[in-house]
Amino acid sequence: MGGKTDDKVESTEDLITEVAAAEVQEASSARVLPGIVEQLKQKYAGIEVNEQLTVVAPLDNLMDLMQELKHTYHLDYLTNLTAVDYPDENRFEIVYNINSIGHGYSIMVKTGVSRDNPVVPSVFPVWGGAVWQEREVYDLLGIVFTGHPNLKRILTNDGFEGHPLRKDFEWVGGRQ
Amino acid sequence: MRTQEYVLNFGPQHPATHGVFHIIMTLDGETVVKAEPICGYLHRGIEKLAESRTYTQVIAYTDRIDYLAAMLMNLGYVQTVEKLMGVEVPERAEYIRIITGELSRLASHFLSTGIFALDIGAATGFFLCFRERERILDLFEELCGSRMTFSYMRIGGVAEDLPEGWLDKLSDLMKIIPGYIEEYQNLIAGNEIFQARTKYVCPVSAEEAINYSFSGPNLRASNVNYDLRKCRPYGIYDRFDFEVPLGKRGDCFDRFYCRFLEMAQSVRIIEQAMEQIKEVDGPVMGKVPKMIKPPKGEIYHEIEAARGIIGYYVVSDGSAKPYRVHVRRPSFINLGMLDKMCAGWKIADVVAIFGSLDVMLGEVDC
Repeated sequence: MGGKTDDKVESTEDLITEVAAAEVQEASSARVLPGIVEQLKQKYAGIEVNEQLTVVAPLDNLMDLMQELKHTYHLDYLTNLTAVDYPDENRFEIVYNINSIGHGYSIMVKTGVSRDNPVVPSVFPVWGGAVWQEREVYDLLGIVFTGHPNLKRILTNDGFEGHPLRKDFEWVGGRQ
Repeated sequence: MRTQEYVLNFGPQHPATHGVFHIIMTLDGETVVKAEPICGYLHRGIEKLAESRTYTQVIAYTDRIDYLAAMLMNLGYVQTVEKLMGVEVPERAEYIRIITGELSRLASHFLSTGIFALDIGAATGFFLCFRERERILDLFEELCGSRMTFSYMRIGGVAEDLPEGWLDKLSDLMKIIPGYIEEYQNLIAGNEIFQARTKYVCPVSAEEAINYSFSGPNLRASNVNYDLRKCRPYGIYDRFDFEVPLGKRGDCFDRFYCRFLEMAQSVRIIEQAMEQIKEVDGPVMGKVPKMIKPPKGEIYHEIEAARGIIGYYVVSDGSAKPYRVHVRRPSFINLGMLDKMCAGWKIADVVAIFGSLDVMLGEVDC
């Protein structure tokens, strides 16, 4: 042990108090705040809200909406980002699940994009957690996220052709 | 003297990658300048496969996502489908789910404690932790015939009731596990070299951890109190008394130690559940139709698994097969910041940083 590392070492007793057990957090039953959704509906044109309080936003003001969700409504934690292919309606649907760590509520935001030109702004500047999830969606569904720092394939190899999770992707073997 | 940066490959075939994972490191001497993680070597296309299977068949695929805590993977999926269909789960099944889920978490944390010790250079810790994990796996084997990929949960309940005498064996095991945990406390967590290698290495602030969607012990190590079992209880977690261990600095040691302290909490939950299940009798399967056809719609549901938040997004078109299944895998998202975390640290620290994140490659690549 050199002199540099010696001062790092502490006795075991100190450690236990250091990582203190957290106090029981008040359980928050409110999954989505209907009030937020109501306010958003008035502020942004073209927003639709369905029965499960999912916000369906148009693509053109998506980024403003996301910024507002994070900064005004404290939805600071992007938990899930994915997309679904609906070839019959000729569109992809991108799904964002965003939680609030401090307040315990969560919201689902969806946006649609045409299959002919699937280009969506990246939410990486708002939530860093989107960085690999957007790469995954790009890889498996072929949706391009503009403004993403490193939009490359992530699960399939670099020379892979096509996007497996598209419904018209042709694959060999297995059961259909 | 002229110096230049050089490139070193860490993995894909390297024991410290916990599977098949590749980091291309650009080094300046021993210092990492740039790290580029490459994953996907284990990609099996579970999400695509699920689209051509029935809802029940998908359960067997969820085992393979995080095969070290497969019960929790099962649990997340069946709860999602149950929520979509509005199925009620009998109380006894809920208790069995809690017990098996927490046992799975314990088994997974034992393994990750041991493997992290091995990464740091303490091989003894590795073998010791396998000893206890083995005993948990024996219990699982008796319960469902499998030691790793259980497929024990069913939509609407669990496959079978507990075998006779199983709870007594479990209760015996729960009596000795706190002693084992103390042993690790002395051997691994209190070890001077171990601490020197992990403390103050790569601290992650709370803001960064939230921004990069960290979850599980990795998030809580940065002093963010966010455990879904507590803040949004699913199943019957609101009936148990337990604490959420938090870290202070969010360094490698805290990430390890949060996981370590969680083991004692899991034992606490199992003990309470064993006590309460004695008074609960009845079926272990709810009323579920033979052919599972959820109504048209979509749902996102998440639970707290061993490595963080596992979420399932399921879209149903009203048929017997899911239209789309997406799995939010905690290990995958926890790795999103790896390049940023490694930059500026020494090459030996990279092993500690990667090990402390406790990723499971089956989950990363799905």
